[in-house]
Amino acid sequence: MSQPTGVIHDIGYQRYTGPRLGRRPIVGALYVHGLRAAFGLGRSAKAKVFPWLIVGVVAVVAAVLTALRARTGQALVGYAEFTEMLSMLIIFFCAVVAPELVSRDLHNGVLPLYFARPLRRQDYALARLAALVSATFLLLAGPMTVMFVGAAFSVDRLGAVWDELGDYLVGLGYAAVHAVVFGVLALLVASLLRRRAVAAGAIVGSFLLTTPVVGVLMVLPYERATQLAGLASPVTLVGGLGDWAFEPGGEAEIGGYGPLYALTTLGFVVAGVLLLLARYRKVASK
Amino acid sequence: MTLIATQSLTKTYGNGVTALADLTVGIEPGIVGLVGANGAGKSTFIKIVLGLLSPTSGQVRVLGLDPTVDGRQVRARVGYMPEHDCLPPDLSAAEFVTHMARMSGLPKTTARERASEALRHVGLYEERYRQVGGYSTGMKQRVKLAQALVHDPDLLLLDEPTNGLDPAGRDAMLGLVERIGTEFGISVLVCSHLLGEVERICDAVVAIDGGRLLRSALLSDMTAATEVLTVEVSEGTDELAARLAAANLPVRRDGRLLLVPLADETTYDLILTAVAELDLPLHRLDQRRHRVAELFATGPVASGEPPAALAGAGATEGGIR
Repeated sequence: MSQPTGVIHDIGYQRYTGPRLGRRPIVGALYVHGLRAAFGLGRSAKAKVFPWLIVGVVAVVAAVLTALRARTGQALVGYAEFTEMLSMLIIFFCAVVAPELVSRDLHNGVLPLYFARPLRRQDYALARLAALVSATFLLLAGPMTVMFVGAAFSVDRLGAVWDELGDYLVGLGYAAVHAVVFGVLALLVASLLRRRAVAAGAIVGSFLLTTPVVGVLMVLPYERATQLAGLASPVTLVGGLGDWAFEPGGEAEIGGYGPLYALTTLGFVVAGVLLLLARYRKVASK
Repeated sequence: MTLIATQSLTKTYGNGVTALADLTVGIEPGIVGLVGANGAGKSTFIKIVLGLLSPTSGQVRVLGLDPTVDGRQVRARVGYMPEHDCLPPDLSAAEFVTHMARMSGLPKTTARERASEALRHVGLYEERYRQVGGYSTGMKQRVKLAQALVHDPDLLLLDEPTNGLDPAGRDAMLGLVERIGTEFGISVLVCSHLLGEVERICDAVVAIDGGRLLRSALLSDMTAATEVLTVEVSEGTDELAARLAAANLPVRRDGRLLLVPLADETTYDLILTAVAELDLPLHRLDQRRHRVAELFATGPVASGEPPAALAGAGATEGGIR
């Protein structure tokens, strides 16, 4: 190419005889592409603003908590409460990222190009879902890791570090549950709407829609209604599951219904994924 | 090997609309035009070929594979350029085509190289790092073509590639498609509702209407008998007709026009000599366009105009329909 004579050779069209990768590398490439897009990497500066704003806020919260812990020597907020405290921000994050991942492809008409390639429709849906769930998980896991490192350095004996590690891993698990539940709902809603702004609003709406139901059930004078109230909204559903599975001694609010919360969460996720796959079966044949 | 072969292919949608009805056609390698009005079933045909829709009944084989069973293998070897907009405006052409190459299974660095190559072949090189949103319609069409070409398919499906282009852009796009078919050695199926466009570049034409096959033939077979010269003079049309008839040319009248079958190069000379000797003002002498169109104008959906052979015979002087 860089010959000193400056002659440009038209080498003509060359057929490609090299390797063509199979399904897994293609889905992997789409997943990585989605994960990068979630944080606006490889996109315009405008696309980076909202995700990084939210990342910034979460990071500041984590930094303040870590600093306070280093000074006072005791944890003001545990890992599980950290995730619950930030649930509103997680919703915002999903509302920004999910439309970026799927509504954008609908709006631009790119989907037929994906589906005219070896990629299966369900591969597309699952790769996008995995990207959103991973991005949401990273949003939480990053700051929690900062908190853990800070805490590990501020404890005085080695045994305490192991205790801390256990709490940290449980906290990560709880964050992952949040990421899965919130991601499924957000992506499902976004996959139905072509306009990003509308989709973002609809996602926030879908999370908040049933909160009044929870509120009403909570104030009823029946203990059972109060304990089951959390099932009515995704946020409190995951909260209830957390009370049972991730927070020792946190079962007071949900009584003995912990397993029910877990089953409902599982059913919610499975139903969401099935609906998402059905949605893409339909959209491809259009 | 037959590129696409269908056997009584039928597709009926859930709402009772029949998009394809008993379509049996064999498409050979080369540049093939798929012609039909909007709603004739072209898009449905493409989706079935890609394995995105299952036919209601009948069989289809693409590159020797059944797309309803081996859709993935078929789609790996086929490039598809849709009719509608399909480009994200906030990405550069290079990034977008690279991503699409990776979605076709090309490794990362190869994808980048071939994306540059494909964009160069469609005539976008310097501009490829600019955002697609700022491109003209012609450039966008080229990017759409490049993404279909990037993974070096064996068959390109182009749905209305000249949509929205001005005449110069149309010519450039058709030239490009012709090059892909001839120089690159990739078979191309061009969908269009403009027959005149397709006949310029295609080896064969498949015409469908209402999901049924109107005609499928090699262009050389279709046009051989119908090369016609159009002669228009502003006065003395009758005298010229008589003179040409006397010179053993089977001339026909079509309103103000005279149609003369083109036997060989001497036909031009005979006409020019006749016009010069009669000293008539010659307006026009050219090869009649849309000649394939006449072959299809006899079907149930004949366009408003009756076939040229019938018109004009009894028309009065200067009769304008």
